Amino acid sequence: MNLHQLPIDQLHDALIKKEFSSVELTNYYLNRINSLSHLNAFLDVQPERSLAQAAQADQLIASGNTSPMVGIPIAHKDVFVTQGWASTAASKMLQNYQSPFDATVVQKLGLTGAGMVCLGKTNMDEFAMGSSNENSAYGPSLNPWNTAYVPGGSSGGSAAAVAAGLTPAATGTDTGGSIRQPAAFCGITGIKPTYGRVSRYGMIAYASSLDQAGPMAKTAKECAWILSAMVGKDLRDSTSLEQGPEDFTRDLGKPWQPDNSQASQPLKGLRIGLPKEFFTPGIHPDIKVAIDVALKELTALGAVCVEVSLPKTELSIPVYYVLAPAEASSNLSRYDGVRYGYRSENYHDLAQMYTRSRTEGFGSEVKKRIMMGAYVLSHGYYDAYYLQAQKIRRIIAQDFQTAFTQCDVLMGPVAPDTAWKMGEKSKDPVAMYLEDIFTLSANLAGLPAMSVPCGFNQMKLPIGLQMIGNYFSEAKMLQVADHFQQVTKWHLEEPTHLAQGVKS
Amino acid sequence: MNTEQITHLAKLSSLEVGSSEIETLKQALESILVLADQLQSIDTTGVEPLFHPIAMMMPLMQPLRLDVANEKNTREANMANAPATFEGLFLVPKVID
Repeated sequence: MNLHQLPIDQLHDALIKKEFSSVELTNYYLNRINSLSHLNAFLDVQPERSLAQAAQADQLIASGNTSPMVGIPIAHKDVFVTQGWASTAASKMLQNYQSPFDATVVQKLGLTGAGMVCLGKTNMDEFAMGSSNENSAYGPSLNPWNTAYVPGGSSGGSAAAVAAGLTPAATGTDTGGSIRQPAAFCGITGIKPTYGRVSRYGMIAYASSLDQAGPMAKTAKECAWILSAMVGKDLRDSTSLEQGPEDFTRDLGKPWQPDNSQASQPLKGLRIGLPKEFFTPGIHPDIKVAIDVALKELTALGAVCVEVSLPKTELSIPVYYVLAPAEASSNLSRYDGVRYGYRSENYHDLAQMYTRSRTEGFGSEVKKRIMMGAYVLSHGYYDAYYLQAQKIRRIIAQDFQTAFTQCDVLMGPVAPDTAWKMGEKSKDPVAMYLEDIFTLSANLAGLPAMSVPCGFNQMKLPIGLQMIGNYFSEAKMLQVADHFQQVTKWHLEEPTHLAQGVKS
Repeated sequence: MNTEQITHLAKLSSLEVGSSEIETLKQALESILVLADQLQSIDTTGVEPLFHPIAMMMPLMQPLRLDVANEKNTREANMANAPATFEGLFLVPKVID
């Protein structure tokens, strides 16, 4: 067994027992990142800084620190600002941007918090706008299962890095599925918590009422450890909630009903809601089969399935693609080439400097969304598009509450298709938007949602099972996902061609 | 969407659109608008907009903190990313002649 195949709890035990040091572990991963650099999963790697952090983590361990993640490496999506690594959001606009501070998430997981070691910054779609990673200004990250395919997006680099064993875990952000969909495409586990759980301070903003950060790792158990260190009220983010701190590992391994002593039926009493709109003929047959098999595993563990309805599922696409661009057009107005970021060299006055800097600094998808946002917010269109979308958003959120009177957790596919070929959908933006159909509504309502590996298609590309829970039910969702992973092995599979040829 | 509208949107967004890009952009924005027009199919009479998901969980508050200085002065670090500076100030092209 190689080091990158060990789960975080085993790495932790080995670090505490001094079987190897954090410096050795970090070095091992840095070598893998270097050997598999063709995946383009990382945008910035600074080995000396990572090793210096690892040496400090080793000192913490030597002085008796036994917290669960001390000395374990992690990679951060390039949407989080970090001191010492460039923070670009995969945009030319922020090329070489050096943040004077760490994002709250980076600080909480880092040496002054959970004690983790930063391995570097992962690739993504520019400003998190995209579902394939092809919108990165620095070239797309590749899917480790088949490099001709996209890793998903926008947290594609994080998903590819975890799947390829370049890091034990990574951070991601999810505005319309950007943790869950790449997790599904790369065969790993990822969770987007309830909106407001995790501070957005230092997270480069896309759509502020939808953006939420979360962990990505091989297993639900590892996600539970990391999420526990990420959440909490932050005075620097007025939308972070008073909930937490919370130990999301507390229910792992326990039966769903506390008084249930049947070891073979730990999920007895769990009601799984299956939204009928998530099981349409538009879903690829391989995905349909994989989801059905997963649901059989869960019912074998004692759960029951009930049909529910989320009637506005299809409308979540236009609602999202009106609201997210509207918020983006406002958030991205800060890039003007004055205080930081790209400045054009060709201008003759201040107004032209703004315009040229933005025109040359932003990629085409970003510009399209800014203009779309300006359109739906402008006089004469605001009521018909923006306000109407916000009203339907309430109906969508209420439909979830109706569904949750009949079930404890909702399940279905993460996406109607597995990863697609690089370039296959980039000509038609709307075709790519339609792929987001099952992930958008959780963001619109602010609900926690996750992706759990549940199989492969005939091309050996991974498939993800989506779980959507009610507000603040992350611990219960992780409990269910962990039980599922105790009886399945999908999360343990790895792209075989990557296992060889890497020196440790 | 006509060329004039595209140019107007670009102006609102502080972006330049070259004449060669207008047609592609027009097609892309129009296809998104066709999608967005599905919103008109729903009767939302009497439905309040949900501007923020937190309003589903609890009353949305704008929390206030005590008015105390708690940030360190990091002016130099903050200015280190500026494309042009002069004597500790951000430098931009001349605005007034």
